[in-house]
Amino acid sequence: MSSRTLIRNFCIIAHIDHGKSTLADRLLESAGAISQREMRDQVLDTMDLERERGITIKAQAVRLDYQGSDGLTYVLNLIDTPGHVDFSYEVSRSLAACEGALLLVDANQGVQAQTVANAYLAVEAGLEIIPVVNKIDLPSAEPERAAEELSRILGGDPADSIFISAKTGEGIDELTERIVEMVPPPAGDEELPLSALIFDSYYDIYRGVVCYVRVMEGTLSAGERVMFMATGEQRDAAEIGVLTPASVPVHTLGAGEVGYLITGAKEIDQVRVGDTVTSAYRPATQALAGYTDPRPMVFAGIFPTDGDDYPRLREALEKLRLNDASLQIAPEFSQALGFGFRCGFLGLLHMEIVRERLERENDLDLVTTSPSVAYRVTRPGGKPDEVRSPADFPAPGGEVLVEEPWIKALILVPPEFLGAVMEILTSRRGELGPINYLGTERVELTCRLPLAEVVFDFYDHLKSKTRGFASLDYEPDGYHSSDLVKVELLLNGSPVDAFSAVVHRQKAYGYGREMVTRLRKLIPRQLFDVPIQAAIGSRVISRETVRAKRKDVLAKCYGGDVTRKKKLLARQKEGKRRMKMVGSVEVPSEAFVAALQVRD
Amino acid sequence: MNLANQPLASPDDPELADRASHWKSVYVHIPFCQQVCPYCDFAVAAGQDHLFSRYGRALIAEMGSAPDWGPLDAVNFGGGTPSRMPGRWLGRILENVAARFGLVEGAEVSLEANPEDWTPSQARELAAVGFNRVSLGAQSFDPVVLSYLGRRHRAEDIVRSVAAARSAGFASVNLDLIMGSPPETVASWSATVRNALDCEPDHLSTYALTVEPGTVLWKRVRSGALAPDPDQQADCWEVADEMCGGAGLVRYEVSNAARAGHPCRYNLSVWGQGGYLGFGNGAHSYRRGTRWENVRDLRRYVDTMESGRAPGRRQEAVTGWAAETERLLLGIRRRAGVKAGRGGRALWDSASGRRLRAAGVIDLRGERLRVDRPLLTDEVSRAILSMRPPNGSRVGSGVDSLP
Repeated sequence: MSSRTLIRNFCIIAHIDHGKSTLADRLLESAGAISQREMRDQVLDTMDLERERGITIKAQAVRLDYQGSDGLTYVLNLIDTPGHVDFSYEVSRSLAACEGALLLVDANQGVQAQTVANAYLAVEAGLEIIPVVNKIDLPSAEPERAAEELSRILGGDPADSIFISAKTGEGIDELTERIVEMVPPPAGDEELPLSALIFDSYYDIYRGVVCYVRVMEGTLSAGERVMFMATGEQRDAAEIGVLTPASVPVHTLGAGEVGYLITGAKEIDQVRVGDTVTSAYRPATQALAGYTDPRPMVFAGIFPTDGDDYPRLREALEKLRLNDASLQIAPEFSQALGFGFRCGFLGLLHMEIVRERLERENDLDLVTTSPSVAYRVTRPGGKPDEVRSPADFPAPGGEVLVEEPWIKALILVPPEFLGAVMEILTSRRGELGPINYLGTERVELTCRLPLAEVVFDFYDHLKSKTRGFASLDYEPDGYHSSDLVKVELLLNGSPVDAFSAVVHRQKAYGYGREMVTRLRKLIPRQLFDVPIQAAIGSRVISRETVRAKRKDVLAKCYGGDVTRKKKLLARQKEGKRRMKMVGSVEVPSEAFVAALQVRD
Repeated sequence: MNLANQPLASPDDPELADRASHWKSVYVHIPFCQQVCPYCDFAVAAGQDHLFSRYGRALIAEMGSAPDWGPLDAVNFGGGTPSRMPGRWLGRILENVAARFGLVEGAEVSLEANPEDWTPSQARELAAVGFNRVSLGAQSFDPVVLSYLGRRHRAEDIVRSVAAARSAGFASVNLDLIMGSPPETVASWSATVRNALDCEPDHLSTYALTVEPGTVLWKRVRSGALAPDPDQQADCWEVADEMCGGAGLVRYEVSNAARAGHPCRYNLSVWGQGGYLGFGNGAHSYRRGTRWENVRDLRRYVDTMESGRAPGRRQEAVTGWAAETERLLLGIRRRAGVKAGRGGRALWDSASGRRLRAAGVIDLRGERLRVDRPLLTDEVSRAILSMRPPNGSRVGSGVDSLP
């Protein structure tokens, strides 16, 4: 156990690519936590995908022993935080494990929306915040401007910012000293009953679930019987330790310390981020505040393009779930797409990551249906039902109350794009809130939006209309009633579930028109006329027809070329094999993918 | 030789169609052309007329080494432009065919010719050596269409060449037409069909223009030129079908119509899976479950024959289930349909078969499978090729290269 006064628990808040992982590497290096030989760039990002996309998905914690200029040896616990809007709950739990935060900003790009949102979270959590401007070695760097923006957000002086280059190491020593000086040592009492916050966990195939904990009160001892307060589950603390970054087992972790805990739990659900670990024999009277069940916000169906791949898809999803408690999966059957899964994600990036990992790590070819949100449907005299798939959405008519989730969004954008952003927001049923100028080059815009308007392609659209300058952060803002309808697409009179969508009544016609037009181009001519209709209930709002094929015959088939004609027909036949039958209509698999592509 | 003894069965008579599967025929390929038409992907050669004699000798040599076979029900000289070769050569080759294999009484002896170089004297010469049927490459009566197709003759040449064949005593005259080229309209097409029928041919073939890979036409279309429109071709087909019917010609195959007594026996034999031996460059043969193909290049063919080697280049076994599906593929192109057999019944009962039945494409009457919507025949062909061989049947396919 370390002397509490010498402990500093802190995290780094930064936007994607602003250099968080590089800074972490430098800190580790300067504390001698890893030798040059072991040094692998960006130690904290362990997954290949993270490295590639330059984002951090799972938080980790590393303990550094630092020789201060006052001659004392300090324990610096660097707690990594995920850097994306989808993971704000995880961010908040990481923040709760710290007393300080480095607010890291790229000297070139300045403050981004997500940095602001997370900075506010850190302020609310009562953390001491150290503003840091990174990448000052870049020729285009404008550290003063970045410092100015930071001071406006934090309400301090631009001179409070430390200028560093994590790449060259410039300013790192000054920064480490500042951490020791500014971040308060943790509070807590080793004699009180144990309460430790789980701020992250992952699944290890040999050791089961490994959780990262911050001991808030009391002492966690190796071998003791512990209880997880949210689930009530009891387990033995088989191993506890610290990460340097190699795992080093210890006997005890006292109040204020950060480390890992292994209990032999085999399923990630048994150990939930935000839960409180306490002693089974002398439990804390109250769990730590702030725990919530993982709550997916975005839902989509994932289907294998080739039905034979279903078992492999199931296996791959189950494997991902070992490490990702926030991913929800339920089997789903679609007439059009066959067997697959309805999956719940924290947000769009989460969905994208899951999809990519499924395809890349398992070599699967997948069809993902349009993402949707969970609607709340209340029938007269009934309780609210959560509807996650358009298939379960009620038909029009009847006294049904339909509510949809809204979000509160924070957008940072250069003033010249303000008009473009407001236009996007208005077209997506947004309600504009206050606008604040952060210096002369950045505007902070708040607004409320239905989540459904954001899940599709909002972010891409926002980026393209602002030449990549806009940044976005959002948080849930409750459910609100809305005039929503289910638009169904019918092929030859039969609804095709994969193309159904729940949309706002005002947008139903546009959606129907768009889908009908797309499908007319994607569906090959058949033996009969195929009407394509978009309908709300029994009311058709748009219609096109794929005219019956009239001629499909070789002009000649004589002795000379029977072999060649047979080969030609056989090739055409192979094309047919990739068709899916929807009722009596043959639809190419690509049509499903193409029809569900981002539209605008 | 004449066709007088042939019973005047309707060209679409099922009994005739089935009988044709026992016929034997010979195909003689004459690759020479004045110029290569932009849509043509046959084994043809322009500017090689100096090879006439060597080619003729090569053909005779190939026949000499052919298996014993015959007597023949049909002999067909195709091309290329057979009429381009001097009549005495064609006569010598035909003489050789007759001597080597024998001809049945009333055998069909046919050749293809181009209207522009089909003269009355040539017609007389060829009739004299035994040809009794001529197929004239009329293609169109519309100068715009003829020019698009790269043809050098005019409408008058067609009329004249038919008359030349008649006066020379050809028993059966066919006109080939190409329909649905991009500059064609339904109106210009019906004028062409009208003009063709006014020539009173015994047989009329109407082929939809097809863009074959590698042809000049294909290259043009690939770089943006208009492609034939299948819907327009369907319109043309319907016009031709109706006009032929009105003129007393019976459409007995997707693209072919004939007066009673005048269906092309050579083609009936091929569609009935009858055996044939092909001679010349690129010619195919089919006999006793094997199909083989000669080297395609004219010079290589001549060189091969002159050095005493065999001209075969590839062969394919067509037995078991492969033979059964091929029987259906060929047979369904005929209006007479095909005996359903185990393959036809399997198709009828399959999911695709039900779909085709529902759309009125196929029908099973008695034991005969027929395509009632001939323009959709390839839908049926693909369904046939998609069927799995029933348990216990030999698959019997496979292509081997010959040394």
